[in-house]
Amino acid sequence: MEFLSYFGGVFEPTAFLLLLGGTIGGLILGATPGLSPTMAVALLIPFTFHLSPTQGLILLGAAYTSTVAGGAVSAILLKIPGAPANIATALDGNAMAKNGEGARALHLSFLSSGIGGVIGVLLLIFLTPVLAKWALAFGPSHLFWMAILGVTVIGSLDSKSFVKGLLSGCIGLWLSMIGFDDNLGAQRFIFTDVLAGGINIIPALIGLFAIPQVLDMFSKGRDSSVIEAIEVPKQRFMDSLREISRSGRALSVGTFFGSIIGLIPGVGGQIAGLVAYDQAKKFSPDKDKFGTGHPEGLIAAESANNAMVGPSLVPLLTLSIPGSPTAAVLLGGLIIHGIFPGSDLFDNHPQVAWTFINSMLIGQILMVIFGIYTATWAARIARAPVPIMAAAVMVLALFGAYSVQSSMNGVYIMLAMGVGMFFLEKFGFSAAPLVLGLILGPIAESNFTTGSLIANAQNGPVEYFMTGTLNIFLITLVIASIAYSFWSNMVQGKAVKKAQGATS
Amino acid sequence: MTASRLQHTISSGAILFVAAIVTYISFTQEPADAFLFPRLIAIFFVSLAAWNFMRAVTGVAKVGVGLDMIELKNIVPGLVTMLVFIFFAAKMLGFYLASSIAFMLIFTLYDPAPLNDGKAWMKRLIVTVCFMAVMYCLFALLLKVQTPSGILF
Repeated sequence: MEFLSYFGGVFEPTAFLLLLGGTIGGLILGATPGLSPTMAVALLIPFTFHLSPTQGLILLGAAYTSTVAGGAVSAILLKIPGAPANIATALDGNAMAKNGEGARALHLSFLSSGIGGVIGVLLLIFLTPVLAKWALAFGPSHLFWMAILGVTVIGSLDSKSFVKGLLSGCIGLWLSMIGFDDNLGAQRFIFTDVLAGGINIIPALIGLFAIPQVLDMFSKGRDSSVIEAIEVPKQRFMDSLREISRSGRALSVGTFFGSIIGLIPGVGGQIAGLVAYDQAKKFSPDKDKFGTGHPEGLIAAESANNAMVGPSLVPLLTLSIPGSPTAAVLLGGLIIHGIFPGSDLFDNHPQVAWTFINSMLIGQILMVIFGIYTATWAARIARAPVPIMAAAVMVLALFGAYSVQSSMNGVYIMLAMGVGMFFLEKFGFSAAPLVLGLILGPIAESNFTTGSLIANAQNGPVEYFMTGTLNIFLITLVIASIAYSFWSNMVQGKAVKKAQGATS
Repeated sequence: MTASRLQHTISSGAILFVAAIVTYISFTQEPADAFLFPRLIAIFFVSLAAWNFMRAVTGVAKVGVGLDMIELKNIVPGLVTMLVFIFFAAKMLGFYLASSIAFMLIFTLYDPAPLNDGKAWMKRLIVTVCFMAVMYCLFALLLKVQTPSGILF
């Protein structure tokens, strides 16, 4: 119950204001189609430089939580999921809004998000210290395999093609090696002066997540289509509260599957929402009503995608393996403040770790309160014209990348990474494994170098890196993650061929 | 060979080319100790890139929507604006003035409102001024970021 003694830090004026600002801002950003939670968190990182690590993490954590929940607003009122995590929300949420139950859908969405989110954060509170203690037993070889596992898991599971996912991870690992190697005093892959200092994570993150979305908005041209939002008639909050208290089945299905999926690195909220929706349908006696505006579908999807947030941070805070792309960006936010996940975080920086986790708990409550009262207002902002959004995100990205080192080098790196990623995405590559490679590359390399020195003094690298229960267990996980992805790609390919055969 | 397969082949060929260069540099540069980890990664990188290239050539790896000429044409004006801002205007005119021009230019280029509509121009100007005022407050006053001032602001 160590976390209880750090609750005071959340209510310090600056910290609480950041929590409030992050929550409200995140709700608005989340409600805006085209602005993903990952991009929102990446764009916020430059602002955390001038804050203490605790305050910076509070801001990023609040934005993470509320952008996922805010995505439900546009999913319900515009039928455009604000984030991939809200795809399942749109299925019944929009149908409810069309049936004149928009306010009811928004209330139920935020209430179920809040309940799922609180349970998810409680899991984070109770699981993290146990795993962090376990991580104490890790030596350089294990940490090396953990870093490689992080890249392969997210490369295999978060991509449409496992070859391209792993290739993205390799590109990220290579990019992480660019610059001057401090340990051995050598310059590596420096083709231009801009790269002399290596690739700074923050401009790279901004470029990888913001610029492709800006270019995507450009690609629509002078699009004059207007998004019609559904009018929201008033609904008594107490009625929604009573309804949610009677929706135990959908809530527990959503929270259970969301939490479990959050714990699996690389899977993310989109899967959580869809799996929970599917399972809630299976468990429900009203299966036929799903998709026609049935509250159970909405409750299961929303409780799942927010229940996923807390557990997705468990592997991140203990083993440096992010559970989702947004968690990968959070890892970047931690590292730039000189804080490394694992036992070090809880032993040497308990104030930072526990205040951050507690702020996520309070953030869930604030998210429910402000979500319900700003939902219709946020929906209006969500209809902001695409040209304004594109120009605003572009300028914000330019300022953010410049402010990291007060140098144009950051801007050049951001632009190159962003434009490159835009084209790579068009061919099925994904930004998440590349980011993981970029962030985990230095961790993998430093442990590889230290491990090699130890191995040379012992029985050689093969025995040091490839033997021992934990090494074999981690290597098995690396192989299993790749094999699973290979197998699921094969199954998917066969299904597509079968479907094509049936239609021709 | 379909256009889509050609696109996939070209893109995967480009990645294979990069992987080959990374591998070549990793195995030819000194000191060898500093390139031990890059060599390890380069082996996987070039192997996966070669596999991906073979899949693209044989038409197996058709993941991703590929490039569309209309989309590319739409991107060009915005991208050129960004490039001009980053490589010339930001240092010459000053970060804030160049950003304001870039913001308004992009807003105008992609705004469906007709170019001879006076009200639309007023809206663009007001939105640009308001947004840049917020940016100035955030970065110059709050975060105290020193930006290139150029010949103007």
